[in-house]
Amino acid sequence: MTELPAWSLPADAVGRIALATDWPAEVTREWAWGDSTGKGVRVCIIDSGVDGSHRLVGGIESAVAVSKDEDGAAFVAEDLDGDVCGHGTACAGIVRSLAPEAEIHSVRVLGPGFTGGGNILLFGLRYAIEQGFDVVNLSLSTTKKDYASVLHELADSAYFQRTVLVASAHNMPVESYPWRFSSVISVGSHEEDDPIALYYNPNPPVEAVAKGVDVEVAWLGGETLSASGNSFATPHVTGICALIRSKHPELTPFQLKSVLHLTSSNVGGTR
Amino acid sequence: MSEINAAVAAAALGSEERFRELLRSVVEVARSIFAAKASSILLLDEEANELVFEAVVGEGEEGLLGQRFPAGTGGAGWVLATRTPLVIEDVARDPRFAKDVAEGTGYVPQGLMAVPLLHDERALGVLEVLDRQSHFTLQEMELLGLFASQAAIALDLLQRARDAEAALAGDGRFGAVARLTVAFSKLDEEAQPEAERLLEALATVLKS
Repeated sequence: MTELPAWSLPADAVGRIALATDWPAEVTREWAWGDSTGKGVRVCIIDSGVDGSHRLVGGIESAVAVSKDEDGAAFVAEDLDGDVCGHGTACAGIVRSLAPEAEIHSVRVLGPGFTGGGNILLFGLRYAIEQGFDVVNLSLSTTKKDYASVLHELADSAYFQRTVLVASAHNMPVESYPWRFSSVISVGSHEEDDPIALYYNPNPPVEAVAKGVDVEVAWLGGETLSASGNSFATPHVTGICALIRSKHPELTPFQLKSVLHLTSSNVGGTR
Repeated sequence: MSEINAAVAAAALGSEERFRELLRSVVEVARSIFAAKASSILLLDEEANELVFEAVVGEGEEGLLGQRFPAGTGGAGWVLATRTPLVIEDVARDPRFAKDVAEGTGYVPQGLMAVPLLHDERALGVLEVLDRQSHFTLQEMELLGLFASQAAIALDLLQRARDAEAALAGDGRFGAVARLTVAFSKLDEEAQPEAERLLEALATVLKS
């Protein structure tokens, strides 16, 4: 018989869950991420690939691509094609602009010609969680209800192992996943110019609102262009999460969400 | 060709035209609302994995209608694959986009707003609005989403009309029904009551 772990807490075991963080009387941005560069934090971009040579990306640590073999089984291999669209490079550039010393890892879930689909997103996300990345940027979602329960389980496993998933809300009134799950940080857009203006939305499923209009982003061929949409708001939150995790690596995703809330522009945390 | 076959064919062709008009009207209104230079609806041809211009108004209108390009390229391809809208300014700076344009009509837009046309869980195509006069706002994104819902319904109807046509040509999903219709219409009068009873019985079985 398998022995279940003890999920209760006997009186003499309280010391086992002692918390490392010395919380200040007031959680400010200065406390949360002041002087942080994202150093030591491993950020994963699950997207169309990342062009690490782009000046706004400034190098990436690793790049893999999820593909399907002849039998339709998904597998991960080193990415030899780079970014097939520009979108992943755009996201990576935004993360880099906020967290200059964070490690960036790319997991490409779209093939050249945007083939793949199916369960490739699921496979890529599972891979990223297995790698134990600190923050995962998902400027993507799926509308397939069949994948919702598996995605939900994956999002919860990430949450429990301290991998923070930051996911774009859909820009249209469409039911899609995984951003709707409470174990991820879901992101929508505001129209302000400030890249660290961050709002907490008390009416979920969208929890965080960040800069998503007229964002100057890195694109293919070393170019930059101006792009809008929740896809580009999401990496702003990813970047801020990287800064916080770098300075406070002991925080759980629950605590990190609390810090985001307390440091949001509409909660008085702009100090 | 039998009378029934001809009648059904006429009905199907008629509806395709009506749905095309509806698509065109959606892009006309979209272009007008956003004060844009052009607007178009692209339909995904799943078998060929290509996007086809089904409705175009404004710049490039003459040359683009019916043109195809691989569904896995450019902004429209991204929108289709990820089922997510994409709003890009300075789109001509995208080297792949610029190349596609050079091989296409020669009209080089600066701004692109593209939104997927979703029906249930399927992505049927993409609605594009090119070179808006206005500065992009989140309110525009909402408006575009509303147009997308309308365009998706029109595209779905257009596809159904084409399915009906394909059925009459003997292939496609309703091929068997079409063949049955043709066979029935060719029966002599004496045999028709028997055949009718048989079809009624079949209808009862299918309903149960």
